Amino acid sequence: MIGLLKRDLALALRAGGGFGLSLAFFLIFTALVPFGIGPESGRLAEIAAGLLWLGALLACLLSLDRIFQLDWEDGTLDLIATSPLPLEAASALKALAHWLTTGLPLVAAAPILGLLLNLPAAGFPWLIASLALGTPALSAIGTFGAALTVGIKRGGLLLSLLVLPLYVPTLIFGALTATRGAQGLDAATPLILTAGITLGACAILPFAAASALRVNLR
Amino acid sequence: MSSVWEYANPRRFMATSGALLPWVSGLAALVLVGGLVWGFFFTPNDFRQGSTVKIIYIHVPAAIMATSAWFMMLVTSLIWVIRRHHVSALAAKAAAPIGMVFTLIGLFTGAVWGQPMWGTWWEWDPRLTSFLILFLFYLGYMALWEAVENPDAAADLTSVLCLVGTVFAVISRYAILFWNQGLHQGASLSMDAEENVADVFAYPLWTCIGGFFLLFLALVLYRTRTEIKARRLKALIAQEQMA
Repeated sequence: MIGLLKRDLALALRAGGGFGLSLAFFLIFTALVPFGIGPESGRLAEIAAGLLWLGALLACLLSLDRIFQLDWEDGTLDLIATSPLPLEAASALKALAHWLTTGLPLVAAAPILGLLLNLPAAGFPWLIASLALGTPALSAIGTFGAALTVGIKRGGLLLSLLVLPLYVPTLIFGALTATRGAQGLDAATPLILTAGITLGACAILPFAAASALRVNLR
Repeated sequence: MSSVWEYANPRRFMATSGALLPWVSGLAALVLVGGLVWGFFFTPNDFRQGSTVKIIYIHVPAAIMATSAWFMMLVTSLIWVIRRHHVSALAAKAAAPIGMVFTLIGLFTGAVWGQPMWGTWWEWDPRLTSFLILFLFYLGYMALWEAVENPDAAADLTSVLCLVGTVFAVISRYAILFWNQGLHQGASLSMDAEENVADVFAYPLWTCIGGFFLLFLALVLYRTRTEIKARRLKALIAQEQMA
């Protein structure tokens, strides 16, 4: 188990593309926002929290088709499926590896980008907390989507279409936490609901992902 | 009366549905035309909304059938996953585009109705937004059916997507309630609520709902038959090539 996790992390770090790419995308997305809606700091402050959540979501989406695609192409996925490790655990590990290489860096980068977008000071702890608690759900849902589309050539676009509606609840509660926090309101309830969705997604979706993988490997 | 599972046999299903289809279609047309004519020409205008209230006879039934179609797909997907009856999976596939069109009709008539009533075509309101997400779910579901080549694998994958999608659709519905409070009115039909629409509107409305339901049934039967025929054709072509 640890071996698989270590291997995925090492691949993501060394093979290039996966690890830095979504972080760079997040940065570019944030840098483009003022061009799109104008650089007035008051207006930016108002929407910064929601925009950062949206950017994190899109950056996460960008890296999803790498979760299984390379392993599928070179046959590693068959080896994983025939190993004694249950496929459910393998899917969960894949989701964890994806979160460690994309979600966690996004959480770390969010405060700096928050400064760029003039996020009010009160919003920072809520933004970080909501991203830290919410992005694992994005990884788990994304792993399920990647498992559904693993056998399909150029499945990336289809993957986005399948995954984006599933991202809605996480986005609503996560962005609500950050926005309410930035306005100086109490944001504990949406934060708890974000965490609830993450827990539910991590509990259920590895099973769904594993069953989709079994169909695709048949 | 024998077990309902016997209709999982495609031959049995084709025979029964073929005999049933003209009756269901005829009844659907009759009830639908009757309900719409009743609603459009023989009910008074609402004292606040004027004649625009008559969109209700299309809007509400379409919205009800849009969610019902997804529920039907959920049930047939479960039957496929558990009992592996092909007709069930094909019925789910056949229902998806119909449900999508009902969703679209609901969204469109809602926009047409909302413009004079609320002064806007679209509002990010819980009901409207969750319907838009339902529309996206239909699109994704249909796209996945088209993308997977092996029919059994496609049936399996779309079933899993349907199950997971249902869970997330329900969560979205309640998540959106938190996010924004909306313009859309509450339920207008129920058994006990006081805020029901007046009886003079309710009876033709129920007739239209019945008509839409029969229309959905007829279309699903028709499309399922087409799917079965298409699959038989494919099998025949494969047989030819083997020989």
